Amino acid sequence: MPEITLRDALKRAIKEALESDPSVFMMGEDIGEYGGAYAVTDGLLKKFGPDRIKDTPISEQAFVGAGIGAAVAGLRPIVEFMSISFSLVAFDQIVNMAANLRYMSGGQISVPMVIRAPTGAGVQLGATHSQSFETWLAEVPGMKVVCPSNPYDALGLMRSAIKDNNPVFVAEPALLYGEKGEIPDDDYEIEIGKADVTREGSDITLVSYGYGMRPTNEAADKLTERGVSVEVIDLRSLSPFDIDSIVSSVQKTNRVVLIDNARRNGGVMAEVAADLQQCASEWLDGPVMRVGSVDVPWPYSRSLEQEVLMDADDVLVAVAEGYGL
Amino acid sequence: MTGKVDRLDLFRQMYLVRQFEIACGENYSKGLIRGFLHLYTGQEATGVGAISTLGDNDYVVSHYRDHGHALARGVDVNRLMAELFGRATGTSKGKGGSMHIFDVAKGFMGGHAIVAGQLPLAAGLALAQQYNKTDGLTICFFGDGATNQGIYHETMNLAAVWKLPILFFLENNMYGMGTSIERVRAGGIDFYPGMATYEIPAAEVDGMDVLAVREATELAVARIRNGEGPQFIEAKTFRFVGHSLADGQKYRGQEEVKEWERRDPINVYPTRLLEMGIAKSDQIDQIKTEVDEVVAKAVEFAEQSPEPELSEIHNDVLA
Ligand SMILES: Cc1ncc(C[n+]2csc(CCOP(=O)(O)OP(=O)(O)O)c2C)c(N)n1
Ligand SMILES: [Mg+2]
Repeated sequence: MPEITLRDALKRAIKEALESDPSVFMMGEDIGEYGGAYAVTDGLLKKFGPDRIKDTPISEQAFVGAGIGAAVAGLRPIVEFMSISFSLVAFDQIVNMAANLRYMSGGQISVPMVIRAPTGAGVQLGATHSQSFETWLAEVPGMKVVCPSNPYDALGLMRSAIKDNNPVFVAEPALLYGEKGEIPDDDYEIEIGKADVTREGSDITLVSYGYGMRPTNEAADKLTERGVSVEVIDLRSLSPFDIDSIVSSVQKTNRVVLIDNARRNGGVMAEVAADLQQCASEWLDGPVMRVGSVDVPWPYSRSLEQEVLMDADDVLVAVAEGYGL
Repeated sequence: MTGKVDRLDLFRQMYLVRQFEIACGENYSKGLIRGFLHLYTGQEATGVGAISTLGDNDYVVSHYRDHGHALARGVDVNRLMAELFGRATGTSKGKGGSMHIFDVAKGFMGGHAIVAGQLPLAAGLALAQQYNKTDGLTICFFGDGATNQGIYHETMNLAAVWKLPILFFLENNMYGMGTSIERVRAGGIDFYPGMATYEIPAAEVDGMDVLAVREATELAVARIRNGEGPQFIEAKTFRFVGHSLADGQKYRGQEEVKEWERRDPINVYPTRLLEMGIAKSDQIDQIKTEVDEVVAKAVEFAEQSPEPELSEIHNDVLA
């Protein structure tokens, strides 16, 4: 199987959709002539022209809102934010419009739209550019939120997101755009709302998603070296999330550590933890453990940022504290 | 205008900004400065000319392309460089970085990296100045790209309705990142006529001419201090380099850059001073030597400064 980067996986899904469905088009800042801040859309303007690859003014609220309007009228826009941190200025449109319209209209309206944005910290962009608001959006009913951790999932999830008849927010871990992985040639899709058991084991379950999968896998490797049998679950979808897969795993391992790469407070794993507490406590040999980044604004300095970011050692500490492994 | 100006010092400041940015670029390549780095190269005459008219009670508000504004406001060059290096001696103890420079003691109120996010903050500072009946005013710098944000228009209206003591200073460098303003703005490349909508007096100025910028700013500042409410200046300028160090500039031709470089204030202005008999060439040379030294020392200071203590992550979250 050929290897491609996560960036190219996303681009492939977008390109396929532009080729096969004339109602699909893209909007965003510097996605055309500049080639995209993270080069996901590089070359698309040349191939599909300015009607389908629309460079926008720096007007997030207006172009996301216009995307919603176009979707309501039957088009299938893919709207890019240069960074998930900039989605804040358009949150009103995303939440009050995209997510609420269907319900408020009693089902008359649907908003088949993809909103995508790079997310996460780690390259010293400081407080305003390093945030992970997929965790906020995951709370909003009326829309879906996914976050791939590898090229295979990125392609499969993006294909599904574009075909979905609801607003789907695709949070793309910025640090993983260059990550390579094998991709089959077929047109597989990944169902939104289904987690992936990426490693089977019987002693402990580690759950994460997005960039968090990297330290999670590192920790799993170290535990495996110590003779611990680790099961790893990639949540893939934050909303809806797949509690059933996690419960099944916990029934087998009786131990669980939930890992957010984003700030710990209010992370998606807080909801997972609450659900586990309610429906799997009799299976658990210890507390539901959580790991996340420190609850402070993102600092610029490299040493400080690394201190705030959660890492594999934090996972190992949680495993030891919770379960003595 | 009547204000006394040390015309040689304007050159010193512009040259300082230029050399500072060159040093930033070098140290970015070495990996000592990281994150997003937006250089002010080419725009020196606007920031230096405008800020040279202000007094101690005034506030300066900037965006992420903020080194030039900070230096012109007198922010310490060592502490500024140390901030970019992420060191404990930096203006924000290494927590802010290039896009988030603050020096409140100097009235330098940031360094803001969400496009147009600084505009209402500046209006609020001006509101406090008006409320407290000080003679201070706020100058707010922003780019052409920022004018496409709703909050820009909201702030203009608010400032005008409340007659706030604020100078909106547009640095129109013709591009917002890789997007030329013509492609994303209805109404062409001139912004100042549109200010009539808000009844905000507006002027256009050659942003490559530090004396012209100074003169236009003095006029606007005098009106604001006279209680006439917000003023607007549009300086036509150009960044000679990419939007940030990550920008390969695929979206524009080098001829356009070359054309603007002919008006480079770092070359044109000292020549003019010589022609006018205001300076001698050895004075210019001496300034250059001194500034080169200052910048080299700033890099040294930053490099030798300690990393912040790791426990520092928990400080400054709340007051
Ligand atoms: C809300 C928001 N959207 C997008 C960005 C990314 N971005 C940073 S600077 C910039 C271009 C701004 O151009 P302009 O206002 O003309 O200022 P210049 O960089 O030319 O000085 C963009 C798109 C951002 N920081 N914030
Ligand atoms: Mg600009």
